[in-house]
Amino acid sequence: MLELRDVHAGYGPTTILHGVSLTVQAGEVVTIVGGNGAGKTTTLRAIAGVVSTTAGQILFEGEDISTLSPHDIVDLGITMIPEGRQLFPDMTVRENLLMGAYRPAARAARADTLEEVLTLFPRVRERIDQRASHLSGGEQQMVAIARGMMARPKLLMFDEPSLGLAPKIVSQVFQVIEQIEASGATVLIVEQNVFHTLKAANRGYVLENGEIVLSDDAEALLTNDHIRQAYLGI
Amino acid sequence: MDTFLQVLVNGIMLGGLFTIVAIGLTLIFGIVKVINFAHGEFLMVGMYLAYLLTVGLGVHPYVTVVALAPALFVLGALAQRFIIQPLLAARDEHVQIFATVGLSTALINLALMVFGADIVNTPSSGLRTPLEIGPVRVLIGQICILVTAVVAVIGLQLFLGRTNTGRAIRAVAQNRTAAQLMGINANRMHILTFGIGTACVGVAAALVAPLYPTSPNIGTYFVLTAFVVVVLGGLGSIPGALLGAMVIGVVDAMSGFYIGSDLREAVVFGMFLVILILRPSGLLGSRSTLSHVSP
Ligand SMILES: Nc1ncnc2c1ncn2[C@@H]1O[C@H](COP(=O)(O)OP(=O)(O)O)[C@@H](O)[C@H]1O
Ligand SMILES: [Mg+2]
Repeated sequence: MLELRDVHAGYGPTTILHGVSLTVQAGEVVTIVGGNGAGKTTTLRAIAGVVSTTAGQILFEGEDISTLSPHDIVDLGITMIPEGRQLFPDMTVRENLLMGAYRPAARAARADTLEEVLTLFPRVRERIDQRASHLSGGEQQMVAIARGMMARPKLLMFDEPSLGLAPKIVSQVFQVIEQIEASGATVLIVEQNVFHTLKAANRGYVLENGEIVLSDDAEALLTNDHIRQAYLGI
Repeated sequence: MDTFLQVLVNGIMLGGLFTIVAIGLTLIFGIVKVINFAHGEFLMVGMYLAYLLTVGLGVHPYVTVVALAPALFVLGALAQRFIIQPLLAARDEHVQIFATVGLSTALINLALMVFGADIVNTPSSGLRTPLEIGPVRVLIGQICILVTAVVAVIGLQLFLGRTNTGRAIRAVAQNRTAAQLMGINANRMHILTFGIGTACVGVAAALVAPLYPTSPNIGTYFVLTAFVVVVLGGLGSIPGALLGAMVIGVVDAMSGFYIGSDLREAVVFGMFLVILILRPSGLLGSRSTLSHVSP
């Protein structure tokens, strides 16, 4: 469904990704793990089109999307749930969710999607008329995920959904992600919480200094020596 | 008592005038984060257009609004697309300030070249006729300005709050990257906002031209007060612009009458400073209005 071929990308003159290649098949849950500053966020941003790809190709359903604008990429069915929630702080939760279904295709099904998403997130329904900035970190993360789902994407990308949350909330977030995965969605997830993520994923890639250094089934990665030493501290 | 009422009403009418000039400025600042120093010159261009169309076609000055609003929309949209947007990449807001100041100077000189330094008067077509309402007298044209200003404030608030496009515009202001990830074309929203803000000035021009003489410097005269109104009301707040304009209008009229017209400006700016010291974010500005700036 998604294939990155030797992707180079960065900010202005600084190149961060030095030839990243990876694939995500339909229905798969794939994770990119790696330390702080490895280029995980940059990879997702390049796919979403908010960071421009300087070399290589990003194929989605066979089409090269590496030169498209972010809104065209959303139209094709890729949605990114950004790191650090990035809600619209002065909007209500409801308005935030409506923005998730901004593109015409998603807007047509907006009322139904909203109902589905609120069924999945009862807590979000309780807070629907509150300002987003008045919510707790965990609630904001739920809204961010719900907002991403409002676009009815074919591929949902999570960037560090557990970052900065209390351990109890982290489990809740992963429960929700597993529910989304169980529904057959295709997911690309980036996390520093390597253990949780590999448990939830089918396959994983290890990114270090803008390069993929390792890729395998998630189960195999969990027992891999390099992973255990560098990321699991075992 | 009657005199007091009359002065109060004069102040409110003045407030209506300041509102209609200021709302576009505060909209553009609130969303695009650009202080448009050419705002007054857009008004000036609009007033000349109103004059030319009124005299040339022999129509009522208000009729010109059908041409002025779209024309100024396009002017504002072009300014955003071809002057401000390329400079956004420069990531230094000083450059944008110089750009809009430059545009302002260029427009003034263009007007001087085409029309000369003398004033022109748009026919008032009965809009200067006073209306007696109880003990007070107001001009028909002033009432029209006040009504339009209030309608424009309500209309803009509804547009920004209730429509998909309005919400998208606010989303871009609150978090540009997140808005892009939702599929919103951020650049297009900025162009649209600049166009709408400038179209408001087009409407203002059609209303102001029959009451005030038009000259190349008229924009500076109006927009100086508009800046005070916008800061006082809270940068980016549209209801704030209405409130700020009313405060400034009434204080201006009162001090002009009771203290003396020479001290009028000193009183207005003195009060402005006092309010800002007490409430740095303006009357209706929240801290979050200023933190609209994307992270
Ligand atoms: N907006 C930016 N401008 C310039 N450099 C950036 C920007 N964002 C991230 N970087 C740099 O890119 C590198 C990779 O960052 P990122 O992709 O966010 O890593 P990760 O998500 O794996 O922690 C880091 O060295 C970071 O400093
Ligand atoms: Mg990151």
